[in-house]
Amino acid sequence: MTSVAVPGLQTAFQQSTIDYLAILPLLIVFGAAIVGVLVEAFVPRDRRQIVQVSLAVVGLVAAFVAVIVATGHQGLTMGITDGSTDRRLFALAVDGPALFMQGTILLLGVLGILTMAERLGGVGPDAFTPSGASTPGSAFETNASRAGALTSEVFPLTMFAIFGMMIFPTTNDLIGMFVALEVLSLPLYILSGLARRRRLLSQEAALKYFLLGAFSSAFFLFGTALLYGYSGSFVLGDISKAISAGPIEMNGLLVPGAFLVFVGLLFKVAAVPFHAWTPDVYQGAPTPVTGFMAACTKAAAFGAILRLAYVGLDTGRWEWTNALVVIALLTMVVGSVLSVTQTDMKRLLAYSSIAHAGFVLVGVLAFDSKGIGAVLFYVATYGFAIIAAFAIVSLVRQNGGEATHLSQWAGLGKRYPLVAGAFAFLMLAFAGIPATSGFMAKYAVFSAAVGTGGATGTVLVVVGVLCSAITVFVYARVIVLMYFGDPPADTDNPVEVVVPSVTTTFSIAIGTVITLALGVVPSALLDLADRASQFVR
Amino acid sequence: MTEMSSVPWLTIMGLIPLVGSLVVAFTPGSALMAKRLALGFSLVTLVVGIVAALQFQINSPKQFQLGEQAAWIPQFGVSYALGVDGIALVLILMSLVLTPICLIAAWNDVPEEAKESGGSRNVRTYFALLLVLETFMVGVFAATDVFLFYAFFEAMLIPIYFLIGRFGGARRQYAAMKFLLFSLAGGLIMLVAVIGLYLQGPGGTDGFLIERLTGLSMDPTTERLLFVGFFIAFAIKAPMVPFHTWLPDAATESTPATATLLVGVLDKVGTFGMIRFCLQLFPEASHWATPVVVTLAVISVIYGALLAIAQTDMMRLISYTSVSHFGFIVLGIFAFTNVGSAGSTLYMVNHGFSTAALFLFAAMLIHRRGSKRIPDYGGWQSVTPALAGIFLVAAMSALALPGLSTFVSEFLVLVGTFPTWPAAAVIATSGIILAALYMLLMYKKIMTGPPPSDVIGERALARLSASEQEQPEHARRSLVPDLSAREKLLAAPLIAVILVLGFYPNLALNPINPAVDKSLSHVLTTPAAGNAAAEGSSK
Repeated sequence: MTSVAVPGLQTAFQQSTIDYLAILPLLIVFGAAIVGVLVEAFVPRDRRQIVQVSLAVVGLVAAFVAVIVATGHQGLTMGITDGSTDRRLFALAVDGPALFMQGTILLLGVLGILTMAERLGGVGPDAFTPSGASTPGSAFETNASRAGALTSEVFPLTMFAIFGMMIFPTTNDLIGMFVALEVLSLPLYILSGLARRRRLLSQEAALKYFLLGAFSSAFFLFGTALLYGYSGSFVLGDISKAISAGPIEMNGLLVPGAFLVFVGLLFKVAAVPFHAWTPDVYQGAPTPVTGFMAACTKAAAFGAILRLAYVGLDTGRWEWTNALVVIALLTMVVGSVLSVTQTDMKRLLAYSSIAHAGFVLVGVLAFDSKGIGAVLFYVATYGFAIIAAFAIVSLVRQNGGEATHLSQWAGLGKRYPLVAGAFAFLMLAFAGIPATSGFMAKYAVFSAAVGTGGATGTVLVVVGVLCSAITVFVYARVIVLMYFGDPPADTDNPVEVVVPSVTTTFSIAIGTVITLALGVVPSALLDLADRASQFVR
Repeated sequence: MTEMSSVPWLTIMGLIPLVGSLVVAFTPGSALMAKRLALGFSLVTLVVGIVAALQFQINSPKQFQLGEQAAWIPQFGVSYALGVDGIALVLILMSLVLTPICLIAAWNDVPEEAKESGGSRNVRTYFALLLVLETFMVGVFAATDVFLFYAFFEAMLIPIYFLIGRFGGARRQYAAMKFLLFSLAGGLIMLVAVIGLYLQGPGGTDGFLIERLTGLSMDPTTERLLFVGFFIAFAIKAPMVPFHTWLPDAATESTPATATLLVGVLDKVGTFGMIRFCLQLFPEASHWATPVVVTLAVISVIYGALLAIAQTDMMRLISYTSVSHFGFIVLGIFAFTNVGSAGSTLYMVNHGFSTAALFLFAAMLIHRRGSKRIPDYGGWQSVTPALAGIFLVAAMSALALPGLSTFVSEFLVLVGTFPTWPAAAVIATSGIILAALYMLLMYKKIMTGPPPSDVIGERALARLSASEQEQPEHARRSLVPDLSAREKLLAAPLIAVILVLGFYPNLALNPINPAVDKSLSHVLTTPAAGNAAAEGSSK
């Protein structure tokens, strides 16, 4: 048999190089998730929760250690260098931004898992329904909870989501990015629909999230196809090269392709006009899941946006920058203005997270390594604050259910000074008051944007500070409610803060302490983010 | 430019009240214990402040003394850098003197609650917040790093926000929110200017130090934009017309002690910032903006005084007098003469004490009568003669009677303004006449004439025992107490300071003068492009 050389195909098999130490964090998390599925099948019900939680936390911590090890193994991996054309075809780019995001997601994931594990004296996690598949209010549901069913599968689901989130900023080609997007999204759709209370709202949220998420994935995929048509490759480095060499007539593929791919990613960070799902999903999803999504999804998606903007489409920047500037402006303005009118705490935090996404986009648009560092710093600080904030929201109860209406929070500071104090402090962090991490983060992105973003950057920053002033009103109103008002007179059915177990307490404490610490001595993390701001190509 | 100090005096001065606030807030115990602890910590701070002030060399060639410097956030170019010149020193000392006085005045502001609803927690929180405020007051005046100054400038809003919103009067929520939004809006605009300023400077890991940012050569448009960014924040803080509307609400709704610290000390950060940052860092833009600023200052003087005359609420009246006085201060600063700036700085100190006297003495009246409305009073000097006496001193100080401290500073401001802005000086002088009008009218309505038929207002009446309430009207008048020992204790130092600075202003002017010379040197050696010819011909 003689081998026939087909043009464009590899003539000889070339083994791909894989640096296993570099991808060890991914493997550990994936392995822990798989083992979690087995635990679900084989471990008796009464021990399942504790085993699942320990497994997840141990897995995440081990993966974090592996991330530290992987910092010594940076570079492109899982692929080949094509000798004849000198193309570097690698699936993963383990570099500073990727590892920083992975580490951030892992630490935030630990806090998220610990918040989800809150039992409040029940058998399973308190926030999740014992039987997600049953019709709300049906006999089946009653029987399931009477039989002591519990939803411990949320932990492996979360681990799969974390696995996807870790690949998302690491992947070096558009197909990998799409796969990561799906891997992180699908578990989140399920998790959103599993709330124990107000189940219809939760299922509605899950369905909305799924439908809109499916649409955005389709956009992303279509954009990928157009970019492939333009450049003949999925690999970000190839696309970048193709744009710098490409003929201008082909822009009919490039511009819509780039735009559609961005749509898919901007959907995940809840940028306006792709934000419509956010308030509903944040409100309907179980509160610990909301906190986890707000912190980790945002981190992962901004990691991917950074890589796409700085590695894949950097050479065609002038084609899409203006669109992104408009989106950043819209996101800041709409997020902050609409948060003013909210009466539900979870919706308020949802709109606030939209505004924050706008602030981070300002950092992305700095187009400088300072901007990358600032974005990394921002998502890390915001993640710790928002997880703690949602964990506190999950503790404020009336009639056993969460009391998320703002009026129910009136006078909380009088009766629960510690919890209300922590929440007020987190509000100040979101508002960006000095001595909180929020201020340092905002300063980092704004100074990067003014420094290297040119006149556009300055305009973005001016709008950004005006929007910050608007959001201050929102957060200050919450503080006014908690501290300056009197609790409602209805004494036989008071709003109370339930006493959480050690896991939730730990999450809240860590989130709050880190928010304070990074507000007073931010230089260590800033330095780390600065040093992590170099992409490999 | 900074003379380093071997002992970190300024850090110690800032840390003592901070530690004190934590101790007061978290040590369980009676409310009285918390109050005594708070007072103790503030007195220790005052002693440390005086000791540190004695190390200060009046004729040092360096701009800042008692300096401290350490890297804080090198990535942003931020240092933890403290230092004082004469201006900052006298303002810090003023704050340190006013804080214990305000703590004494605040002694009975907040009632101790029943054990189940928190017991002494309210009281402890109140005093802890006042101490936190003292920390920030030291920090904001002592910062020699622009970013550090900004951080203090913004962070100090939070304790005041809680002080107004939690412990104030009926409309406290509205007042607190208005105060916060005004201040933060100004602060955030300043943030953009702070970022822009750093980028104009040499950069690096200590690029935010004032000395690194002084004397930059900037593009005029950029410089003017940055100037406006800083100036609006300071004008809101000061407060100048048209940014003054938050002050009457905040001062009226907060407790007297909070109002005193707010108007007496925190508003000075605005005028202090104008000297330290606007004039020193943006000399060319300062020249450019002067016509507008001087006009606004003159409007503030006259408009504030007119509004004060029209008020029937005592606290609102006093806050509008402050708007007028801040007009004088800004006028002196932007006269660009050494006499004017020195006068303004002295005015800041004197205004702190005279406003404190007005607010706190008026609060004593309000406490007895149970009303803030001036028409509810009359003939009060026959009811509490001693209180009427000290109130008269405070009123005379506010209208700048010779012999009292404010006279010297007002005179210096006008003398300093006349050479460069004669018209403004002449118009502002009429503000003194208006000041006499509003002060004397208030004194007349409250203190002279026949006393009201019901001397004790309803709220004050409720405090009396049943047998006392049934006594006939003329007998009940004797139940209204004159100055208590606590009130004498807080009035005495205030009046003493007002008299001492009135007869011997050099006590404050000696450290102020060289500092003003150094701050002004930049603006005086930079004639504005447009004004240069005009100034040359007028001299």
